Amino acid sequence: MTLSGLAYIGLLFAVVLGLALPLGRYMAAIFEGRVRWLAPLEGGLYRLCGIDPARQMGWQAYAVALLLLSLVHFVLLYAILRLQYYLPLNPAHIPGMSPRLAFNTAASFVTNTNWQAYTPESQISLGAQSYGLAVHMFLSAAAGIAAAAAVMRAFTGSHLTSLGNVYTDLTRITLYLLVPVALVAAILLVAAGVPQSFAASVTVHLVQTGAAQPIALGPVALQEAIKELGTNGGGFFNANSAHPFENPTALTNLLENALLLVIGFALPLSFGHMVKAPAQGRALMLSMAVLLAAGCVASYAAEAAGNPLHIAAGVAPQGNWEGKEMRFGIPASTTFNVSATGTSTGAVDGFTDSYTPLGGLVPLFLMQLGEVTPGGVGSGFYTIIVFALLAVFVAGLMVGRTPEYLGKKVQAREIKLAMLAVLILTLLILGGAGLSLLTASGLASLANAGPHGLSEMLYAWSSATENNGSAMAGLSADTPLLDYGLGIAMLLGRFAFMVPVLAIAGSLAAKPRLPASSGTFPTTGPLFVGLLVGVIIILGGLQFMPADTLGPLAEHFLLQAGKTF
Amino acid sequence: MILRELRPTISLVIAFTLLLGVMLPWGFTRAMQAALPWQANGSLIMQNGQAIGSALIGQAFTGPLWFTPRPSALTPPYNSATSGASNLASSSSALLQTIKTRVSAYQTAYGPGPVPADAVTASGSGLDPDISQDNALRQAPAIAAARHLPAALVVALVTAHTRQPVLGIIGTAHVNVLELNLALSQLHAP
Repeated sequence: MTLSGLAYIGLLFAVVLGLALPLGRYMAAIFEGRVRWLAPLEGGLYRLCGIDPARQMGWQAYAVALLLLSLVHFVLLYAILRLQYYLPLNPAHIPGMSPRLAFNTAASFVTNTNWQAYTPESQISLGAQSYGLAVHMFLSAAAGIAAAAAVMRAFTGSHLTSLGNVYTDLTRITLYLLVPVALVAAILLVAAGVPQSFAASVTVHLVQTGAAQPIALGPVALQEAIKELGTNGGGFFNANSAHPFENPTALTNLLENALLLVIGFALPLSFGHMVKAPAQGRALMLSMAVLLAAGCVASYAAEAAGNPLHIAAGVAPQGNWEGKEMRFGIPASTTFNVSATGTSTGAVDGFTDSYTPLGGLVPLFLMQLGEVTPGGVGSGFYTIIVFALLAVFVAGLMVGRTPEYLGKKVQAREIKLAMLAVLILTLLILGGAGLSLLTASGLASLANAGPHGLSEMLYAWSSATENNGSAMAGLSADTPLLDYGLGIAMLLGRFAFMVPVLAIAGSLAAKPRLPASSGTFPTTGPLFVGLLVGVIIILGGLQFMPADTLGPLAEHFLLQAGKTF
Repeated sequence: MILRELRPTISLVIAFTLLLGVMLPWGFTRAMQAALPWQANGSLIMQNGQAIGSALIGQAFTGPLWFTPRPSALTPPYNSATSGASNLASSSSALLQTIKTRVSAYQTAYGPGPVPADAVTASGSGLDPDISQDNALRQAPAIAAARHLPAALVVALVTAHTRQPVLGIIGTAHVNVLELNLALSQLHAP
């Protein structure tokens, strides 16, 4: 670990914070309907789709519409993937996906997960990437942010019956936030060398041998931009952001890293503006940042220390370079992967399967915490609200007072729903990974032996359930067990969490917003930040410690003792 | 309740698929092809009217006459129609064995001493275009000898082609192997 490596992490956080401050304010304006610079296009869309922008929706209607929208998306995407051979823009004549792979991929992109059981270069056409996957990268991100906006509105007043209008939320978030920011980022990426072409490949004649060698191409830049901005993570190429055409320089790496964090960190600030209490938003953002920064430093330290067995074999002690790209370096590469698992992005610019055991434990643990550091766009915000409710509940238990958050009384119904949401995730991760490893098919999918094999399976179920999408990529994921199993985990991890949270929002919205009194537990200071971080680690993380001990921790101690598998 | 939402949801999905999936990528690609055609088409390096590689994508070089890139996990190495990593674990005995083999080959070619880490590990993409400055400087004397060039000339070439980290902290000190080898062949045709 070097000072300049730590300085890089500091620089990244400074850049993200500098962007999140104005963006948080702008997003609050979008949620409140005050941003109108594309009003003719927006109005045209409403007329075309039969949408009444003035309609107010309660939590049930909001949830039903979001579910239905995702269902329509799912069906359309499944059809595109199955039929891609017959659809336009398939210059490489790639055949349609198998039913199980199309199910897995459609579930993956509708839930903002972007788990990739397929190999992009050989299993998906340029057209299906554009009008299939890239569309969902915008819309699944917009859906998450819309749900977050609905939860924010629950705290804005007393006796509210509506959480907003899901259709105007989706449209405005897409038109005023995701498309413009993605376009600016995509132009910068092209300028730095990311291709944007409708050719599937170009052939070159190599310098030493003169042999003809195809290089894969495509409309990469636009997909890359929304992939990061919308915390999607689905790589245009198999190597994801490690591929030089997705991420050509250390500067594009910094840009992509900032993009994938910025909305997640800006959302709590938007919340602060919407509830007219900016300090509340800052406390939530600070809690996210503390956990992420700790993760970045821990993973960097482990990777910089390198692999003792390789050093003993004559490799210079320059850190663990297996699976990492030269141009980024170890601090930037680990920070990218930690950021992409602390958000639900799941992009990688280096390969986690080859990380040192402790370096790889950090991304795994950040996913298991529930994706709140800062989590997926929107989903990270509504998940940390769940943890904030649990934190004030714990504080209330300690002093024997009815807990309240932002003047809303938190009662049995909210806490039951919150625990239900948290436990669904745990059940899917531990149950799914455990059951998979009891089957011959699950064991055959593992690429590495010993405790690292357990880590691979645990990582896959954590990634799918938490809608992250990154993988310890040696795992053979395109099997019936994992295609269907992880597909179901992704859908439940998204919607069986989102619906209880909207129910909590509906319940809180209807309550009066009480003024703070001298007995109110303050939810802005360092005491609250400490409590919230503690609740996230204990409730989100502790339940996974036994499993993580048998995987990465066991591997670490065996490796230090010189044992290989 | 569900029926009421059916029309807006279905039409919104169709409208956005056309807007974001067809019009946006089509328009953006056209604009980039016009404004930044070299980058948009893969940053190709041309020689005598023929593309000999991409400035961003690594290609295989072997033997004593060329700077050698990092190991690649692809088959064949640097097969740029695909991309990917070894995905071998830190605790993998196969990886340890591979690294021992690479270390001894490197020491045979370029002399004893600890081997630069990037020279014996496979990259994430399998297409890494760069090696570390350390690695290039270690290779330089042997390449100079094989090409009957003064060692100082090849070392100076490496130094001239090294890219330093931006602001001292963003990135690493590295050399693009294709660029370096093209410059090397200008010095002396093999």
